[in-house]
Amino acid sequence: MEFTINGQRAYAYTGGKTFDPALPTAVFIHGAQNDHSVWILQTRYFAHHGFSVLAIDLPGHGRSGGEPLTSVEAMADWLNELLDKAGVSRTILIGHSMGSLIALEAASRSPARVQGVALVGTAYPMNVSPSLLDTSRDRESLAIDWVNIWSHSTIAAKPSAPGPGFWIHGGNQRLMQRIARRNPAKVFHTDFSACNEYRKGEQAAASVDCPALFLLGRRDMMTPAKSAASLSSIMKNARTVTLQHCGHALMAEQPDQVLDTLFSFASGALK
Amino acid sequence: MSDPRYPGFDTLSLHAGGAPDPATGARATPIYLSTSFVFRDSDHAASLFNMERSGHVYSRISNPTNAVLEERIAALEGGVAGIAVASGQAALHLGLATIAGAGSHVLASRALYGGSQNLLAYTMKRFGIETTFIDPRDLDAWRANIRPNTKVLFAETLGNPGLDVLDIDSVAAIAHEHHLPLMVDSTFTTPYLLKPFEHGADLIFHSATKFLCGHGTAVGGLMVDGGTFDWQLAYEKTGHFAELCEPYEGFHGMVFSEESTVAPFALRARREGLRDFGAVMSPHNAFTILQGIETLSLRMEKHVANTRKVVQFLASHPAVESVSYPELPEHPDHELAKRLLPKGCGAVFSFALKGDRAAGRRFVESLQVFSHLANVGDAKSLVIHPASTTHFRVPTEQLSASGITEGTMRLSVGLEDADDLIDDLKRGLKAAQKDA
Repeated sequence: MEFTINGQRAYAYTGGKTFDPALPTAVFIHGAQNDHSVWILQTRYFAHHGFSVLAIDLPGHGRSGGEPLTSVEAMADWLNELLDKAGVSRTILIGHSMGSLIALEAASRSPARVQGVALVGTAYPMNVSPSLLDTSRDRESLAIDWVNIWSHSTIAAKPSAPGPGFWIHGGNQRLMQRIARRNPAKVFHTDFSACNEYRKGEQAAASVDCPALFLLGRRDMMTPAKSAASLSSIMKNARTVTLQHCGHALMAEQPDQVLDTLFSFASGALK
Repeated sequence: MSDPRYPGFDTLSLHAGGAPDPATGARATPIYLSTSFVFRDSDHAASLFNMERSGHVYSRISNPTNAVLEERIAALEGGVAGIAVASGQAALHLGLATIAGAGSHVLASRALYGGSQNLLAYTMKRFGIETTFIDPRDLDAWRANIRPNTKVLFAETLGNPGLDVLDIDSVAAIAHEHHLPLMVDSTFTTPYLLKPFEHGADLIFHSATKFLCGHGTAVGGLMVDGGTFDWQLAYEKTGHFAELCEPYEGFHGMVFSEESTVAPFALRARREGLRDFGAVMSPHNAFTILQGIETLSLRMEKHVANTRKVVQFLASHPAVESVSYPELPEHPDHELAKRLLPKGCGAVFSFALKGDRAAGRRFVESLQVFSHLANVGDAKSLVIHPASTTHFRVPTEQLSASGITEGTMRLSVGLEDADDLIDDLKRGLKAAQKDA
């Protein structure tokens, strides 16, 4: 599904079904240097079980045009504009890593329609080391390899994603390389800078009243599980689920557990 | 703190895609000889069928043992997905059938295994897929023979029978200029000797029967999607690959390039190719090939070391007309091989014996260590005399068109002691010369 925002193409995958704004909407927001396809083993299920799905490609990522946006706040505004254009009145926002910050900020800016926020693989503040920031700017391909290695906790994740026979390290590496190849605008560095500079997390968390889920990986080296506590302790209606055998690439390493946890949360938040 | 790094080749050979069995703790990958897998409930069943969840339904589509092999070969090649099929021939067919159909054109090297040649020249043609065969060393020919309906460029990393070394970087660049993928048969080189994706190839397949299995015990094929080719961009530029970029009626209107940004080929190859063509690998064979891969680097090192000794012996023997091995300075691809294949040019090569067909027969019939048969890539050394076997009906004057002579021998050098192999060859050469 495509929209036009700020004169640029904005793409959202709808889970293999036609988008219906009359249904509650589950919005999936990817992280840095990723696109909608990281959610494939969650989105199709949601779309075939009572939700409309919008798994967006952020500007400059995947099929969405334009330059990558330089702040979490700008990405949240872009998202809310997309939801306005889609006619979404009731939604669950689900974000991974950088996308979790966008979900939180978007919820704080448009609370009336947000009925639940799920922050997957999150941390706050989401500091990015100077070394990784510099590498993402100067040697993007090396930064891709570093992040790919840090994002996985195993070389034998079962069931593999998006299906048996897929090598998730390879898939994640190629996706980040594809984002880089399609957009020479240093997307990775822009995304990491936005994560690093975002400082409104506590303010946003305090303002969000809807149910919140923190879904974390015990072996996450990018956003260690303990680094979510500063946010979860602020939110009024938050619970935390930590997956034991899981790194930062939660949706690929534990696709069923992530799906079941998100679906249970989203269904409950709508009641 | 040192920079992070990926696990090395040997570690991946042993562990990628395979962990101790969660149900039993079995350390070796179990052979799941089960046609089908129980659903937790009706919703679970429906979600598996609709690809909402990852998992196994029926072993024609996927199987836990096969999946370990598939993920392992993808890891070793540096790709995104593997697909295990019944043979190398099935892998080639799967690669073609996934992206080509009636009216499509394939541009292929003429230096191909005979089975591949047959499939392309005769069988696929019957289904409306036409192939042009060209000299793989002729880059101008690659460029000049691309047609508006060309869907893929195809060659072997080491061609038959002269071990033409494919200039993967250059041929891939030509393919990509035209928004076409390059598919290579990497059977002779294996990921230990050459990583085609690092040079620009997009799809790799193996006859896993050969060095990957390594022991002459299982027939199987593996297709690997590199995740490198931008099918969606190619579709937008050329209109090709609607199979991956438009809704597929045969699977609930799924658009594979939306489902997976980098691996729509692998999705369709499994969800259509395995489902409909059904050339699935037996889990038992997958286990056998996994066992082989565990020692791939050790075996390939010994294969190459033995081959180098045998090549040197033959190259200096007076009864030998010529030896075709890219590490020899006189081979036309010697310089290219030094760049692409620094670890060695494999263990299969041809040499020309002085003499006629009868001399060739005397040679093979007097060998005691080399086995006379039609296979390569076994731990045991193998030999075949094309003029008295695969080409026995071909008149002498026509043999050269196939790149062979009456005295051409193809060797697959195994893992025996090199001295014993050389003694065996001495015996054969002596017999060949005896009545010449």
